[in-house]
Amino acid sequence: MTQSHRLASGGRIDRSKAVRFTFDGHSFDGFAGDTLASALLAHGVHLMGRSFKYHRPRGPIAAGSEEPNALIQLDDGNGRTDPNTRATVIELFAGLRAESQNRWPSLERDVGVINDLFSPMFPAAFYYKTFMWPKSWWESVYEPFIRAAAGLGHAPTMADPDRYAHRHAHCDLLVVGAGPAGLAAALAAGRKGGRVILVDENNALGGSLLNDADGPLEAWLAEVSSELAGLDHVTVLTRTTLTAYYDHNYLTALERITDHTGLVDGKSPRQRLWRIRAGRVVLATGAIERTLVFAGNDRPGVMLASAARTYLHRYAVLVGRTPLIFTNNDSAYRAALDMRAAGTSIAAIVDIRSNPQGALIDAARGDGIRIHTGSVVVGTDGRHRVHQASIARIGADGRLSETLGRPLACDCVLMSGGWNPNVSLFSQGRGRLRFDDALAAFVPDRAMQAVECAGACAGTMTTAGALSEGAEAGGGGIDLPAVEDIVEGPLQPVWAVPSDRTGSRPKAFVDFQNDVTAKDLGIAVREGMVSIEHVKRFTTTGMATDQGKTSNVNALAIVAGQLDAAIPAVGTTTFRPPYTPQTFGAIVGSGRGRLFDPVRKTPMHGWAEANGAVFEDVGNWKRARYFPRPGEDMHGAVQRECMQVRETCGLMDASTLGKIDIQGKDAREFLNRVYTNAWMKLAPGKCRYGLMLRDDGFVFDDGVTACIADDHFHMTTTTGGAPRVLAWLEDLSQTEWPDLEVYFTSVTEQWATMTISGPNAREVLAPLVSEDISTDALPHMAWMEATVAGVKGRIFRISFTGEVSFEVNVPAGYGQSVWEAIVERGKVRELCVYGTETMHVLRAEKGYIIVGQETDGTATPFDLGMDWIVSAKKPDFIGKRGLERPDLKAADRKQLVGLLTKDPDMVLEEGAQVTASDRITIPMPMIGHVTSSYMSSNCGRSIALAMVRGGHALNGRTLHVPQLDGSVVDVTVTGTVFFDIEGARIHG
Amino acid sequence: MLLIECPFCGPRAETEFHCGGQAHIVRPSNDVDDTAWESYLFIRNNPKGIHAERWVHNHGCGRWFNALRDTVSDRFLAIYAMGEKPPAIDGLEDGNDKR
Repeated sequence: MTQSHRLASGGRIDRSKAVRFTFDGHSFDGFAGDTLASALLAHGVHLMGRSFKYHRPRGPIAAGSEEPNALIQLDDGNGRTDPNTRATVIELFAGLRAESQNRWPSLERDVGVINDLFSPMFPAAFYYKTFMWPKSWWESVYEPFIRAAAGLGHAPTMADPDRYAHRHAHCDLLVVGAGPAGLAAALAAGRKGGRVILVDENNALGGSLLNDADGPLEAWLAEVSSELAGLDHVTVLTRTTLTAYYDHNYLTALERITDHTGLVDGKSPRQRLWRIRAGRVVLATGAIERTLVFAGNDRPGVMLASAARTYLHRYAVLVGRTPLIFTNNDSAYRAALDMRAAGTSIAAIVDIRSNPQGALIDAARGDGIRIHTGSVVVGTDGRHRVHQASIARIGADGRLSETLGRPLACDCVLMSGGWNPNVSLFSQGRGRLRFDDALAAFVPDRAMQAVECAGACAGTMTTAGALSEGAEAGGGGIDLPAVEDIVEGPLQPVWAVPSDRTGSRPKAFVDFQNDVTAKDLGIAVREGMVSIEHVKRFTTTGMATDQGKTSNVNALAIVAGQLDAAIPAVGTTTFRPPYTPQTFGAIVGSGRGRLFDPVRKTPMHGWAEANGAVFEDVGNWKRARYFPRPGEDMHGAVQRECMQVRETCGLMDASTLGKIDIQGKDAREFLNRVYTNAWMKLAPGKCRYGLMLRDDGFVFDDGVTACIADDHFHMTTTTGGAPRVLAWLEDLSQTEWPDLEVYFTSVTEQWATMTISGPNAREVLAPLVSEDISTDALPHMAWMEATVAGVKGRIFRISFTGEVSFEVNVPAGYGQSVWEAIVERGKVRELCVYGTETMHVLRAEKGYIIVGQETDGTATPFDLGMDWIVSAKKPDFIGKRGLERPDLKAADRKQLVGLLTKDPDMVLEEGAQVTASDRITIPMPMIGHVTSSYMSSNCGRSIALAMVRGGHALNGRTLHVPQLDGSVVDVTVTGTVFFDIEGARIHG
Repeated sequence: MLLIECPFCGPRAETEFHCGGQAHIVRPSNDVDDTAWESYLFIRNNPKGIHAERWVHNHGCGRWFNALRDTVSDRFLAIYAMGEKPPAIDGLEDGNDKR
């Protein structure tokens, strides 16, 4: 195919570098410097996509990132695929593979277009109203239908093969947009020596200057670009979209590094997300032209007048040969004059205004261009491309008077509904907007952060004004080139152009991507939506991937007209990040795969791994859950481990337990206040179990704390609770009791902790320890400094199994060697290594609670039957007053009990509900739930713990546990201790 | 993301901090009645405007401090030490300082 619509000269493309690419499988050529859209338009191809709802044929209406129509799926065939990318910003590279979206079997012959024929059946909110009844159809019919119809492109099915990076940056001034205003601001600030970051989404600096013919500013642009590049403290980022403006001048920008090359060298990331904290921000984001809302305004070939100029000047592409211009302001006359100068034959200028005046109008007249003033386009025709437009005169009252006899032949309609200052980022940064009647658009009003707008973004529509505002915002003090702007006359807004065509066919689109018409907005208002935010959600206007960049003000104005209200009274919808769609990969950065979440491993992890441990995740920790022997399943391994610990002895890695070193002269007093029991008399060398409550009286954490010296304690916490306990202690110490001298240090990772437990425990350990660890020297709940396998450490006589237990703590680096020494020595005494699952069963056999399993943040010590640990004598501790609350003393609170199933082999589900009756009714009154449940070989049957309403008074009673299959299991309420009820074994 | 002036480390990103809720709530003695205890446990100001809050630089120096923040603009109007009274600023609700 030849580039039939490419001019022989001009443009910012490199004709010496031809680039081949495919679109929907067809091969095309373009030039370096082209976008996908400009290259297709050079071949006369306007049809690039199908609309979301009605599958109408669509071409690009814009030349930049605001494009709503020309959405493309990029797919390199190797797992790299991007849906919904805009053809207007895809830089061409050799081998680019682009596919149109939302069509089947092909873009030209799309079956879904049938929706357009039946469009009277699909007005706004059709889905909300239709897919309601019958209810039973929802899952089987409606949802599959909606899912199949939803979305434009398709999501990737393979893992993203690319790499993404993050970079944090700080600057004195961040300039967004590198047009005349932005360049002047960056230059002024850069010369003063401040750290400046200049970002622009284009591949080159210049902004609007790139879209113009060679002008007087071309030399200035080159000079400024090179000067900025030479300043060390100025960072210039092109191909970088400022995606979000958050609080306190924190902004993110997405830099596209390899997207325009298609090359993957494995060295550079594909994209980089900049996280910028700026002292000041200058927004020089320009303005976006508005569409006009008229019947048939979505036909391929209908586009923004400014886009036609951009394709002409930047890409040397004619978007048509017989353009018709439809406008309500002067700016579109520039398109007419430029297209005329490029050799096209202007069909006419249709100007809504009855008497436009000014230099541009005079120039058009002087060129002999036919101008229909006081006229509007009332309809267009053409299947996949516009080929004619009907014109009618419009009165001052907004009504059509006479229709022009015959439609005018044309191959493109260049429309301009005025300009919207691009206030999206200003608004994201919480800036307040004001409606400017002269521009008929929202402009920045009051900033909420250190930000200024300059140039068209601020509503200043002249180049000279943009330059001086930009320079001023950058700190001033630079010489600016002289520019003479042509004075433009006022615009005349006509928000919804009436049509003389009847029926539902002539659609006047407001939101092109989501297929929202002026009529839909009217329906929303008639349905009672008065807030623009409601209208937006009812009709989905402005909710597509382009976020209504070209359409929002039109929608607002039409709604205001329907409500007979002023536009500012209707308000504006909220602009939200990201400014343009952003890949998930860039947001995630390197935090994926192994780096998604850190993994914590104990010092003995390597041994456990080598010895076949099955691990479980506890917080970020990997904990050995059980050690299966060949052919053993979890149940078999756990039962074997459980029995062996009680028959001989077992060794477990307990290094993950939280450990906090507490020092200071008031450490003891501090402990006395945070634990419920008494700590004033705990002697050095002794340990004590403690329960911590919150001030509301509920259990917060538990653990054993040892007295090292009068002013020195070693606290242990639950594995998961370690960080919050430390934070809680710090909070109390710093803010509640700053008078107490006490210091906290997390030592969880400094100590390797291993528990050796069972009747043979002492015999295994004693030969490895230099000191005497007999019952007399080291009784239950005592600790001593000791040398274990040659390593100095501490041994605590504390037990979570109910057996004689020694908790050996050695410096983490020696953990595995000491562990291996114990294992080796244990071989003669049938020592078994066990994991957390066995620990759970053993402690449940003894009725020991696990905070977070038996408790859920609403359990008191009394609920748990732990009255013994709550001091009645202490004047105060955290939780004391809370426990006095009437509801915490009520008799029907859920209380911890044991449950035994009638069938000893039946193991209840943890979390199962407990009921008083075995007759199932709806609703079924539930009086409790199972918190722990295991098969216990040591007890010869299943055991369970449960929190049951008023449970302490129900001992011996039969309760019921309904099962998922509808059956009901009978259970007997017992005490919470199932094994060694008198508790003799622990002291041996 | 807010930029918060840690009195010990200087301005740092919000992700390094944790907000500890309303400041200047005094833990009452044990002999108060249930209503007073309920108020201490659960009842908090929720002003549209200036709010006295506790913050901790938990991924930094670990120190607690007080701050006055405008909940509308998210501007920090003052940072001051634990145990200190808030500086006199128009709009600070009287209720903040009572308990």
